[in-house]
Amino acid sequence: MEGGFGSDFGGSGSGKLDPGLIMEQVKVQIAVANAQELLQRMTDKCFRKCIGKPGGSLDNSEQSRAEPCAPPLPQKCIAMCMDRYMDAWNTVSRAYNSRLQRERANM
Amino acid sequence: MDSSSSSSAAGLGAVDPQLQHFIEVETQKQRFQQLVHQMTELCWEKCMDKPGPKLDSRAEACFVNCVERFIDTSQFILNRLEQTQKSKPVFSESLSD
Repeated sequence: MEGGFGSDFGGSGSGKLDPGLIMEQVKVQIAVANAQELLQRMTDKCFRKCIGKPGGSLDNSEQSRAEPCAPPLPQKCIAMCMDRYMDAWNTVSRAYNSRLQRERANM
Repeated sequence: MDSSSSSSAAGLGAVDPQLQHFIEVETQKQRFQQLVHQMTELCWEKCMDKPGPKLDSRAEACFVNCVERFIDTSQFILNRLEQTQKSKPVFSESLSD
């Protein structure tokens, strides 16, 4: 039985590698890595936007002074920031894709 | 030359063509993804002042412009480096200067 990602690469102990299973596992690992990357950058940006002087809890943390227009409640700010970051990511992805297609059409 | 029958061989020259193609496609996809991550991060700094209930049209246009200008910058740098390399090589091949 296939366990985690490190245990069995579709060999099932027979010594023969199944390319199909390897490809599926690699795709999953890539997806996980991308999600982690997105989360890491999103957390960085939203922390900067929403948290000024860190308090004893999220509720007690001051609003960021560098961002005077951020919503007063950190949780609300972070929640909105997350959604906007996803919007931004999707916009960038679409724009980059369009540009690549335009470049290919011009070749 | 049939390399698929020797996919269990350890040598790099005997990779399953299906796997080879998969690697190429996924590598390409990852290059794209990485650039999207990078540009989103950069453009966020330039285009986003206050996260609101939705992405307003001005911010959206800014992100699109940002992507285009980033690619332009990248191409400009490559082209200029190529040109200056021809006349005055920066990365000299001879290390005995």
